[in-house]
Amino acid sequence: MIRVGLAVIALIGLAGCQSSAKPMYYYGGYQTAVYHYFKNDETTIDEQINALEIIIEKAANSGLRVAPGVHAHLGMLYFEQGDGVNGAMHFATEKQLFPESSGYIDFLLANQRDVQ
Amino acid sequence: MVRLLLTVVAAVTLLSGCQTTPKASYDYTAFRAAAPASILVMPPINHTPEVMAPYGMMAQIVRPIAEAGYYVFPVAVVNQTFIANGMTVAEDAQAISYQKLHEIFGADAGLYITVRDYGTSYAVLASDTIVSAEAILVDLQTGQLLWQGAASASSGESRGANSNGLLGMLVEAALTQIIETVTDRGFDVAGITASRLLSTKARNGLLPGPRSDKAKQTEP
Repeated sequence: MIRVGLAVIALIGLAGCQSSAKPMYYYGGYQTAVYHYFKNDETTIDEQINALEIIIEKAANSGLRVAPGVHAHLGMLYFEQGDGVNGAMHFATEKQLFPESSGYIDFLLANQRDVQ
Repeated sequence: MVRLLLTVVAAVTLLSGCQTTPKASYDYTAFRAAAPASILVMPPINHTPEVMAPYGMMAQIVRPIAEAGYYVFPVAVVNQTFIANGMTVAEDAQAISYQKLHEIFGADAGLYITVRDYGTSYAVLASDTIVSAEAILVDLQTGQLLWQGAASASSGESRGANSNGLLGMLVEAALTQIIETVTDRGFDVAGITASRLLSTKARNGLLPGPRSDKAKQTEP
């Protein structure tokens, strides 16, 4: 009797939490990549760049759009490695995919020019 | 008796875990009127001894905001911008005027988070990782408060269903202590806290943003 009760509860629990909606974006390991960047150990910037390039590639294959911030974050990593060409390219992609970022991306690019 | 107790505990856990119907609903008048499209996550204030707490929270906060239909500014890039401009402490960054933030980032709203708990508490019977946070959303064009909320999550919620008596619980406590210190369990739990705090499906969470399908459906 208790077992039946448990099974029923388990089913209710599973059905109740089920979210049928597809996610809006593909994240892959974006959150983990951001966390590693903050931790500043364990993984090198090159490894983080590689991880984000894979996320972007997988997003394209998944049919979902890449999450907001992925291209901007990758652009920052390229700039940190001295690769301004790829840095600016990914900043531009962020701006193109999410026009809400335009003002900030322009601010970042202006500051990058000051540094160089 | 123990079984019955476990059944009740399991039922309560399951029911509370999937709460979908709002109880006391939040007054969304200001939020709806401002209708922000983009959200800037400010460096969170840390009220815990865990130095990684604000960073784990920032990394995990992105998804529920984006899935709610808002543009969320790249948290690590934003954090670097504050540091590059001498704002190395979250309290200083959060004290910047909303006008200045709007001018630099062009963000419609700012999310100001305070992390209350983040980490593993060691106890004899269970070592749970708890992450609690509260946040306010502020209109960066007017300085008006649009929304506020608080949420908490614990790794203990998903455990305990299989334990058998006191000995089992003691063994489990010993095991979970090892697991929860070795892995960054706080980071995982922060993901649940972030979702409970902001998800449009959460009680008193964010309203659906302009990029969500739901917003398009409810448009007058």
